[in-house]
Amino acid sequence: MAELLFWPALLLYGEAAVGYFGDARHPGAAGRAATWGVRLGWLVQTALLAVQASRDDGFPWGTWAGSLNLFVWLVVGAYLIWGCRRPYRLLGLAVMPLAAVLLVVSKAGGGTGTGGRSHYSNLFLVLHVGLVLVAFAGFTLAAALSALYLWQERRLKRRETSILRRPAPSLAVLDRLAVRTVLVSVPALTLGIAVGVGRLISRHDRVDALVVATAVTWVVWTAYLAVRAVGWSGRRAAYLALAGFALVVLVRLALPATHFG
Amino acid sequence: MHLVLVGTSHHHAPVELRERVAFDRDEAHAVAARLGTAVCLSTCNRTELYVEAEDADEAERRATEILAELEPALYRLRDHAAALHLFRVAGGLDSLVPGEGEILGQVRAAHEAGTPGPLLDRVFRHALHAGRKVRTQTAIGESPASVSSAAAALAEQVFGDLAGCEILLVGAGKVSGQAARNLRSRGASIAFVANSKTDRAQLEEHLARADVVVSSTTASGYVLDAETVERTRHGRQLLLIDLAVPRDLDPAIHELDGCYLYDIDDLEAIVAETLAGRRSEADRAEAIVAVEAEKFHEWQASLDVVPAIASLRARAEEIREQELAKAEGVLGRLDESQRHAIEVVTSRIVDKLLHLPTIRLKQAAAAADGVVYAEAVRHLFGLGEDER
Repeated sequence: MAELLFWPALLLYGEAAVGYFGDARHPGAAGRAATWGVRLGWLVQTALLAVQASRDDGFPWGTWAGSLNLFVWLVVGAYLIWGCRRPYRLLGLAVMPLAAVLLVVSKAGGGTGTGGRSHYSNLFLVLHVGLVLVAFAGFTLAAALSALYLWQERRLKRRETSILRRPAPSLAVLDRLAVRTVLVSVPALTLGIAVGVGRLISRHDRVDALVVATAVTWVVWTAYLAVRAVGWSGRRAAYLALAGFALVVLVRLALPATHFG
Repeated sequence: MHLVLVGTSHHHAPVELRERVAFDRDEAHAVAARLGTAVCLSTCNRTELYVEAEDADEAERRATEILAELEPALYRLRDHAAALHLFRVAGGLDSLVPGEGEILGQVRAAHEAGTPGPLLDRVFRHALHAGRKVRTQTAIGESPASVSSAAAALAEQVFGDLAGCEILLVGAGKVSGQAARNLRSRGASIAFVANSKTDRAQLEEHLARADVVVSSTTASGYVLDAETVERTRHGRQLLLIDLAVPRDLDPAIHELDGCYLYDIDDLEAIVAETLAGRRSEADRAEAIVAVEAEKFHEWQASLDVVPAIASLRARAEEIREQELAKAEGVLGRLDESQRHAIEVVTSRIVDKLLHLPTIRLKQAAAAADGVVYAEAVRHLFGLGEDER
């Protein structure tokens, strides 16, 4: 059943990615088809996660690949909040190809199947993995919004004649959405890390590279909020968000082998 | 029933001629009422009379009388060509600026003020539908078509919602006034209008709070330089629109972080690009309009065969009921459910027998053979012979 749901979800995310490319060239029907691809794909992936949850004994996304599956669902779900609006279709151009690729990686790692079993307690996994993934999904979106900000700002600085022909969300809106997303994500990461550290101490486990990198990620995103509070905005804040996202990529993709057991 | 159009537009008549037959809403209603079943579409770019009539020549003559002053500049269209024209008008494809948004509301108002019969009512509703489709399925009307509206749209690209944004107007030329009006219509407010008597301190005080600066003075030097802007705006984002020639604002301002300076050439280049975009979108819009006009044509053509179809179906139903009545002796012995079953079966036989001829008749009507086919059906089935 999970297998049957994976392919339509991937197909719909792929269709959305292609649709957004088409929309960037000729705005209109391709963009609408892409948005429907995102909506339906996300619903199918929701069904996939529901099947995994009902079939598995415990929290089904405790593995690296499983958590990637959940991560994709969270990112696409968060994107859907704004993604249906026309100016944000450009954001889909960044989000949907990434979602499709990560879903394939999750499948390759066995994260989309059923019957898995983790030796961690459900409560710990829900709190630790769930909260960290929610935070990382938020950071991913904040980074995408920041990238869109830099692109839009560059167009304004270069006085591109096509700026009104292909309008993007305004600088102010992108800036505001990015900081709001981070404002939700940092507390989630803080709690997720706290749960993990609590367990680390109680079991006398050692600190691995992933824990260190996650802590550095937390420092960078907390610093992002701190500098915003003292007046940083615009381009400098967007670059800091991209630096924070680079750490998210490192934590999600490069270092997980040291942590998931 | 025919659809007749007599009118003139900016393509055929200069404003000196058009203004002679410009009608307000009440006058448009009076003109339509004078013509019987008609709609008068009168805007600053066109005056068109749409008339629904059995006698097309007579309707055209009466409409021409009303617009007689413009005779050499009048165009006359009928039926499909008239409908296609109206669809193009509603889609903004016949406008001075392709895709301009006001025309759809003007077509709606004309329809409401008119005295349309069934055909005119249908063609105007269909035209409004086509116009909306053009706007939702193409980007023809999305980008600004003037320097002043481009300035306002640029402000939205920086600040999003302009509610709460403050405008500092430096000088008050015609274009800067239009730009300020455009900005205000989108929610911004004019905080201060500086002129040659405004002292430097006052200007800088308002610059410190402004989000948008629109400048168009006749000063020979820069009114604002980069150093002043950097010192006063405290890192806030600032959009500066310089509409003056020679320029009022130091080009180095654009290099400051968070400052975006556009002069008249920049804005004109943006408008040229958006107009080019509108023209390329117009090709897609034309295709939408053509499809909708064809649908209307098919509907109108089907009117030729509707009476024949209705007669054919009525005749079949009459025969069915007669035969059931003849069989009353047998049917009388059946219970209610069995009688109902027979009613249903005989109705289905009639419907299935007539389904294909009905479809074929409508197709023939769309291919302009409707009248011939309708006559053939009447002859073959003896329709209307009882009345003769």
